[in-house]
Amino acid sequence: MRHLLSTADLTRDDALLILDTAAELARISDRPMKKLPTLRGRTVVNLFFEDSTRTRISFEAAAKRLSADVINFSAKGSSVSKGESLKDTALTLQAMGADAVVIRHGASGAPHRLANAGWIESTVINAGDGTHEHPTQALLDAFTLRRHLRDGEGDLTGVRVTIVGDVLHSRVARSNVLLLHTLGADVTLCAPPTLLPVGVDTWPCTVSYDLDAAIADADAVMMLRVQLERMNAAYFPSAAEYSRRYGLDAQRMATLAPHTIVMHPGPMNRGMEIAADVADSERSVIVEQVSNGVSVRMAVMYLLLGGAESGIGGIA
Amino acid sequence: MSIVIRNVRPYGEDAVDLVVKHGVIIDIVPAGTGTANAEYRFDGEVVLPGLVDLHTHLREPGREDAETIRSGTQAAALGGFTCVHAMANTEPVADTAGDVELVWRKGAEAGYCDVRPVGAVTAGLRGERLAELGAMADSAAQVRVFSDDGKCVSDALLMRRALEYVKAFDGVVAQHSQEPRLTDGAQMNEGAMSARLGLAGWPAVAEEAIIARDVLLAEHVGSRLHVCHLSTAGSVEIIRWAKARGIDVTAEATPHHLALTEDLVATYDPVFKVNPPLRTEADVEALRAALADGTIDIVATDHAPHPREAKDCEWAAAAMGMLGLETALSVVIETMVDTGRLTWREVAERMSTAPARIGRVADQGRPIAVGEPANLCIVDPRTDWVVDPARLASRSRNTPFAARTMRGRVVATFLRGQATVLNGVLQ
Repeated sequence: MRHLLSTADLTRDDALLILDTAAELARISDRPMKKLPTLRGRTVVNLFFEDSTRTRISFEAAAKRLSADVINFSAKGSSVSKGESLKDTALTLQAMGADAVVIRHGASGAPHRLANAGWIESTVINAGDGTHEHPTQALLDAFTLRRHLRDGEGDLTGVRVTIVGDVLHSRVARSNVLLLHTLGADVTLCAPPTLLPVGVDTWPCTVSYDLDAAIADADAVMMLRVQLERMNAAYFPSAAEYSRRYGLDAQRMATLAPHTIVMHPGPMNRGMEIAADVADSERSVIVEQVSNGVSVRMAVMYLLLGGAESGIGGIA
Repeated sequence: MSIVIRNVRPYGEDAVDLVVKHGVIIDIVPAGTGTANAEYRFDGEVVLPGLVDLHTHLREPGREDAETIRSGTQAAALGGFTCVHAMANTEPVADTAGDVELVWRKGAEAGYCDVRPVGAVTAGLRGERLAELGAMADSAAQVRVFSDDGKCVSDALLMRRALEYVKAFDGVVAQHSQEPRLTDGAQMNEGAMSARLGLAGWPAVAEEAIIARDVLLAEHVGSRLHVCHLSTAGSVEIIRWAKARGIDVTAEATPHHLALTEDLVATYDPVFKVNPPLRTEADVEALRAALADGTIDIVATDHAPHPREAKDCEWAAAAMGMLGLETALSVVIETMVDTGRLTWREVAERMSTAPARIGRVADQGRPIAVGEPANLCIVDPRTDWVVDPARLASRSRNTPFAARTMRGRVVATFLRGQATVLNGVLQ
């Protein structure tokens, strides 16, 4: 495997190798000396066409802990904001000798295009493309789920995960449905019907419009960010109604099983999809997701950039 | 001076010699027996009436970087066409008599095929008020087809008025059926594939709702309606229903909607981005069946050239549209003739006679018969060729069939007895 574009490209073994490698690397991160020499002399470019400080610094920290040289290329204040095309940006990075390009782009498929259009030879890692996918987010979510619900080992067979919110526009939901299914979890999507894509019935998951029913026997509840401007496009009538029907508040949290964890990919709208009482509760693993994100991204770069002799097998 | 076009098979039937004088077929005799001042020898290839395209974007004036009237009509001739209808969405928009006369005159000067300008329905394609339809009809270009193609005449009242108004000069409104609110930001067919790829959906209902409304409007005011690039199985059902009811509606399908499905979008290669979008296998099958049984009247290319940078980018940033003129007949041969769904006479009807009739082009789409104009397309249906975008006559390269093996090659095209293409080469 040269690129990480979609979790659909990962077999169960690929995914487990990434998670196991991440677990190994997480142990190193607990040491006082966090750095590994693995990617010394390699260049990783963080190519961000959308603002996402948290994802960018996570990739940056991961690359630096592997001793790679990191270049942050943000669309704002660069030639991109003056109308330079994705192709010309890619050619520039190619000329500068980027070994890996971590791309965040507002257009679905932009990483796929970067990897396959013949513009560059670098490894491409999708850090979120439009409303398509965000594979490393799904991997860090799987890592977090495994740690809390399966003692950090094996796959997620039988784990019940309910993903709640704006599935239609969510790259996190798409990547998670595919990856968690591959790992054996039972996924339920819960949202108002307006925020589920036409065609969701073909996905390997269950769909519910009723949050109370959907979380009743969940082992994990993942809340997705809902943007307030969706109201203007008639996806739902008001923030208050959304919050009442699909928000996770203390009252609903009290109905969860004792072991159930609450997740959120961030950034949160406190008081909208998730109440502050929930976000800051014992069940919340939201902060831990962030630190797991660094380990998982280290694992992905380590495996893709030839840290291991075998790489992640089996995929073109 | 007379010529003989030797050893060709009209509509794939018995081989004959066509004797042509002053651009008119003056005699049809058994192969090898015709005499004239000059001859063009063939090898028993199929001869059809010159093809007529009701839906072509020639881009001139305004986007000569993508196509010119000259390059576009050269592509048309190579595809076997002797007449194309140039869509109105140029810069400036073809919405006055002066604009359409310019296009018409430049087409005549280029001389590769007849260019019939399409006039805009609304001024500037803005969908606010009617363009001067009568002035365009009365101009030297004699416009009969009016379309805001690229945009839908979505205002129901304006559409009603347009349908009514063009009755005065036997015009037709060719509608680009796309409900704009249902397709805001749409990138591809809405369904399982768009859900997976995370691309905003262009639902079939956005096309079908407009077609349903328009056929009812056409019935109500007693006008004729033409539906551009019909793309869904549901649209076919509505047209079938309307025709059974006696409504004067005609419909077209493009070669790409007859040949390709939305599965290609999974490549995120914008060469497959088109409006209306590629649909599902079931839609493709419905279109083929409808073209075979006559529910869909014609094949029209929607030839839409775009400069390289408009496609060499990420999907959402790319322009919509595909080249079509040089590959249209091959697609029809592969999908409709080789599959036994259309005879050669029916191909002539769908690609020449009917489009000429809808566009009210008197001297095109005529039968291969004595006394008729010698507008001819000679095709070898058994020769395969591979599409090399760099070798197309179009100024643009955005063919969805790059590197594909195509069935059937146009070997010659005659426009009123003048060869525009011989041996597959432009004259």
